[in-house]
This record gives sequence, C-alpha cells and structure tokens, in this order.
Amino acid sequence: METLERILSTHGFFHGLDARYLALLVGCATNVRFGADEFLFRTGEEANQFFLIRAGKVALEVSAPGRVPVTVQTVRANEILGWSWLIPPYHWQLDARAVEDTRAIALDGKCMRTKCEADHDLGYELLKRFAHIIEDRLQQARLQLLDVYGKPTG
Amino acid sequence: MTEPNLHSLVPRPCPIRRVLQESHDTFTLELDPGNGERGGAFVPGQFNMLYVFGVGEVPISVSGDPGRPQVLVHTTREAGAVTQAMRRLRKGDSLGVRGPFGQPWPLQRAAGRDVVLMAGGIGLAPLRPVLYEISAHRKDFGSVTLLYGTRSPEDMLFRRELQRWGAADNIDVLVTVDRAIGGWPGHVGVVTALLPQAAFDPTNTLALLCGPEVMMRFSADGLRQRGVPQDAIYLSLERNMKCAVGFCGHCQLGPSFVCKDGPVFAYERVKRCLEVREI
Repeated sequence: METLERILSTHGFFHGLDARYLALLVGCATNVRFGADEFLFRTGEEANQFFLIRAGKVALEVSAPGRVPVTVQTVRANEILGWSWLIPPYHWQLDARAVEDTRAIALDGKCMRTKCEADHDLGYELLKRFAHIIEDRLQQARLQLLDVYGKPTG
Repeated sequence: MTEPNLHSLVPRPCPIRRVLQESHDTFTLELDPGNGERGGAFVPGQFNMLYVFGVGEVPISVSGDPGRPQVLVHTTREAGAVTQAMRRLRKGDSLGVRGPFGQPWPLQRAAGRDVVLMAGGIGLAPLRPVLYEISAHRKDFGSVTLLYGTRSPEDMLFRRELQRWGAADNIDVLVTVDRAIGGWPGHVGVVTALLPQAAFDPTNTLALLCGPEVMMRFSADGLRQRGVPQDAIYLSLERNMKCAVGFCGHCQLGPSFVCKDGPVFAYERVKRCLEVREI
C-alpha cells in the first residue's frame, strides 16, 4: 500500500521538498474521498484544511442570493485546493464541490500552521509554493475577467 | 504568395447552400464556390474577403475541409454591420467572395512531430481546416492535442466534431470554459490551465494558436514554459483588412501587412508587437 509520505512526495505541490519536511507534514495528512456533488467546503466555514487532489475534479463556485451558483474554476488531479487556512480569519471564501468522485490528501491547517511557526524555514518554503499558486490563479482570474471571448467593446 | 492583380480585387458572387447556427451569435455559411474544378480551393489558415452586397466586405478565415473544395465554408460571429447583415442571409442568397488570401499554417513543418492546437472562442474556426487535414493524414503526425477555451458551454463551436476528433481520430481534445452555470461537467478556467494535462514532447512539437491576442500571448508563454521552442510556435492574427493584397495598409502591424504576410505568423516575428498596446 502506498504510504502517505510517498503520496505527498509524488504530488506536484511537494515536488523537491526536503524529506525531513515531508516527514513532518505526514503527521498533518489524511486520505479523504468525496462523491460527485459532495461539498469539500462551503463559503464562511472555518478553513482548517487544504487538499492535494489526487484524482477527480472539484468546482469552485461563487453563489449569491437569488442567483444560480457560478463555477469560476475547476481544480484537478495534481493540483492543490485551498489557501484560506493560511490567512486569517481562516474562513473559506468559496464553495468547493466535487464534480465527480474525487480522492485527495487533506492537510490539517492548524497542524500545518503550528509546524510552520515552529520551523520558519518550512513555513517560508511552503509560503513560496503557495505564493506561486496564488499568483498563477490571480493571473488566470484577471484573464477571465477580461472576457476575451466576448464581443470587443470600444 | 498572392500577387496583387485586378482579378483578386473583383468579388465573384457565390450562392449560399446552407446556413448553420453554431451558437447564439456564431454561424456557418456553406457557399457554392463555382470556379470549375478548382472550386473554393484553399490552404488551411487562408481567408477570403466576403462581401455582403450593398453593406460591406470583411475578411473571414475559411473553416471548411480543404479536401472538399466543392463547398466553401466560413464560420463567423455576428460582430459588426457586415456580419449582422451576413447573418440575415438565407439559402439561395449570394455573397461576394474574393480570395483565398494570406499565408497558411505551416503544416509541412508538422509532419512527424507532435502538434498542439490552442484555440480561443471563434479562433477554433481558422484551425478547423488543420484538424480536417490532420484527420485525413493522421499517421503523418505524432500526438495531436486540441486545447480549446471558450466563454461558456453554450458558446462551444463544432460540438459534434470535437467529439468525433477525440473518439475517432485519436486527437486529444480538452475543452475549458471561462465560467459555467449548472451541470457543466468539464473544465472551468483559462485555456493555458489545460497545458499541464496535454501529453506532447515539447522538443518535437509544432504549436498553432488562434484566438484573442491576449489569449495567444499567454498561451505562447505557457508553451515556452513547457519547453516548446519559440520558433515552433505560430499564430493567426486579425486586423482591419480592406484590400487583402498588401496595397492599402489598413492591416499594417509594425513592419508587416497581416493580409499579405499573415494572417499566420511565426511567433518570433510578431512577439514584440503583441506586447505593445499602441500597435
């Protein structure tokens, strides 16, 4: 059976991470599964985890009262989901719904924060990796905002 | 290359055989090209000037099968006065046609290599002839991947063909939309986010891009990050073309005329222009 440490080490997000850090993080990790249409989390709930998606697909949805929820992004295998555990007040800002059966590793946010506070080198390394993902998704969101496939205006 | 002559400036009337509604604002016209055995012969990537009599003329890429020159196919979106008038045309009406014009996709460079096609929105139409050509000679190419981004599931073009290319022609078709409502089971996000899923050898790949310029700029960046050499990337540009033969200068892009030197350009040649907002 594949160990959690092995799974973490082969996931793109942790690629190249020092083995001693991986060993530390394994203590925060659990295997999780979600059926199609099951929510991983909902807006406003406490953000106490992040997910390494191993298989399946998760839709990030924004919902407003009286409107149908809009999917703004999907997250797939070998990607990560969730950084609100890292940023106070640690509340989810979106709904995350499994589009299909999804397998993931969940990492406990409080556990992660504790380990990052205790070892700032680990914290900095993780922050760099999250910053890269946040920058990438911000860039993608800006492009979507441009509505480049809509009719040109002006 | 097209040599400017009087013939290339005179539209020939072509009757419409069929009108297909592709989405709420995009439609395909199938025309009878006449022109004897040559019919509407073209090379993938080329365009025609389509003239709605009494309204005006616009450049539209050929979206049909180069192996079937007896029917001339154009797919366009209702955007301005001419394409609005074009949309109102019905079977039996005629359009004026000049062309084909312009430099085609360099498909001869793709033989024996992997091919990545990145299309955005209506940009799938000028790439469809490439897909027909690849399907007809599938063994001549390595892996073939189509990454297609569009606004919403409702805006997807050529749905049946997307399925067929994926199922029957061993083409890896990945589609993403900018936003989705309801039960869309596919991807949501920008087209470059599909790149990590695409299986190709970046050192032996030819990439063809067509869509809004900003989408092509980021797509080229994404391909470069995957290791695709700059000189293996080509894109199709769109400008306000009038004469289509390099006389009038309306479509000038830096030192190039899009009508004559393009619309398909090597990325290396136009890269700088894509980054300058004033051009």
